[in-house]
Amino acid sequence: MPEAMPEAQCVQIYLNGMPRQVARGTSVAAALLLHAVPCRESVKGTPRAALCGMGICFECRAVINGVAHRRTCQINCLDEMRVETQR
Amino acid sequence: MHRYDLIIVGAGIIGAAVARECARSGLRVAIVEAGTPGGGITAAGMGHVVVMDDSPAQLALTAFSRGLWREESFPVSVEYASPGTIWIAADEEEMAEVFTKKETYARAGVHSQVLSAPALAALEPNLRAGLAGGLLVPEDGVMYPPAAAAYFLRQAKEWGAEMIAGRAARAGEGSVSLDGGLRLTARFVLLATGMDCALLPAMPLRMRKGHLVITDRYPGFVSHQLVELGYLKSAHKVAGDSVAFNVQPRQTGQLLIGSSRQYGSDTVAINQEILTRMLQRAEHYMPGLGAVSALRIWTGFRAATEDKLPLLGPAEGLSDDPTLWLAVGFEGLGYTHAPGAARLLADRLLGRASAMELEPFLPARLKGSAAGKALHA
Ligand SMILES: Cc1cc2nc3c(=O)[nH]c(=O)nc-3n(C[C@H](O)[C@H](O)[C@H](O)COP(=O)(O)OP(=O)(O)OC[C@H]3O[C@@H](n4cnc5c(N)ncnc54)[C@H](O)[C@@H]3O)c2cc1C
Ligand code: FES
Repeated sequence: MPEAMPEAQCVQIYLNGMPRQVARGTSVAAALLLHAVPCRESVKGTPRAALCGMGICFECRAVINGVAHRRTCQINCLDEMRVETQR
Repeated sequence: MHRYDLIIVGAGIIGAAVARECARSGLRVAIVEAGTPGGGITAAGMGHVVVMDDSPAQLALTAFSRGLWREESFPVSVEYASPGTIWIAADEEEMAEVFTKKETYARAGVHSQVLSAPALAALEPNLRAGLAGGLLVPEDGVMYPPAAAAYFLRQAKEWGAEMIAGRAARAGEGSVSLDGGLRLTARFVLLATGMDCALLPAMPLRMRKGHLVITDRYPGFVSHQLVELGYLKSAHKVAGDSVAFNVQPRQTGQLLIGSSRQYGSDTVAINQEILTRMLQRAEHYMPGLGAVSALRIWTGFRAATEDKLPLLGPAEGLSDDPTLWLAVGFEGLGYTHAPGAARLLADRLLGRASAMELEPFLPARLKGSAAGKALHA
């Protein structure tokens, strides 16, 4: 996993402020799942994660670089990207 | 002997509110509904409970009705809250109107508070800079209309009202005949059919289409129902198409964005040109709205009368049938008016004294009105 990977193939992102490394080409939704961070919370406060993985269901919304409600299954991790659980 | 004292046709928010009021006053009530209760115009609007001052009669009925809304103890499903309305003044001319409006409200016993430009910006930081100020009406409410209608209906049933599923094919002369042949009799028949004039084509109603947009959740983005004061100039003139800035915070953090008014369109289809104008107007007041994500857009029809007041009471003047009563023509204020209209109608049916006059709303005033002729001739 990320530790074993050569530097060049990794990107550094921040999940709710915590620095994390993931393989280049990882979708934000996958990065969130990998690190057990919910992408958002429902109206009643229960955690949510990606469902369809193909941009249809909107379950995977999170805040990316300050922009609310981005569909994380459609966006790949980039260096220094900041991802926050959408509340 | 009739089976019922009152048969109400239509279980929108109006029919439901009247049913509850009459049933708990001891009348034997039946409600006939062709579709889903609360699924008509009641499912299409914003849910703003607001005092409006277009005319003295409108001010009296909205203020009376809002008082009744505030006395209810709703279940959470109704999402009733009092975020208050802020009427936004864009320039000094509109700011002058703010002071006039405050005085008008004060005379009707409606509390309001003038906001300077900095006070407005502090309450609603996402509004654009450069606005002149506003008027905060703190006791105005917001709720979820289909749930409110369902609640009124549930209470009506608890007080003994009977719900009957079916379309009324004919109504009047103390009876209602349903598609399929069932015939019900009563002392009075009340049409609360929203914009459907089939049972009494002489109802002088015009359809006024509106667009609404619901966004994803952005908690804290807006805290009050925000309406541009220019709304009074644009939305409440009787003729022509108009758009106005009108944004409502829902309890989920979603934003409900309006509003448009359009005559002469009878399809539910979204009109791109009007929608674009409406959203540009919203963005003009609140630039950040350009970046929010919308979930759904829909349209609805307001049943408008010539003088912007509802038709409440005996259908006299529009019909020779002394058993026929009306509760229609609420335009963009049917939710607000529902409990007040219900109370006044029940008072009249029971011969009780009322807290305010029904006279300005009696259907007879619009006898031979141009709207009725144009639409139904
Ligand atoms: C875009 C928009 C925004 C709005 N925003 C607001 C707002 O913020 N605040 C506010 O106060 N008001 C608002 N309104 C106005 C409000 O929605 C209406 O005034 C109100 O819902 C009218 O309720 P109703 O019971 O008269 O009509 P409806 O809800 O249409 O009920 C009539 C019922 O009668 C039934 N019916 C008709 N004919 C028959 C028949 N022959 N037999 C059996 N059943 C029949 C129909 O199926 C329907 O269910 C808005 C309206 C629109 C369009
Ligand atoms: S997981 Fe369904 S849209 Fe992203």
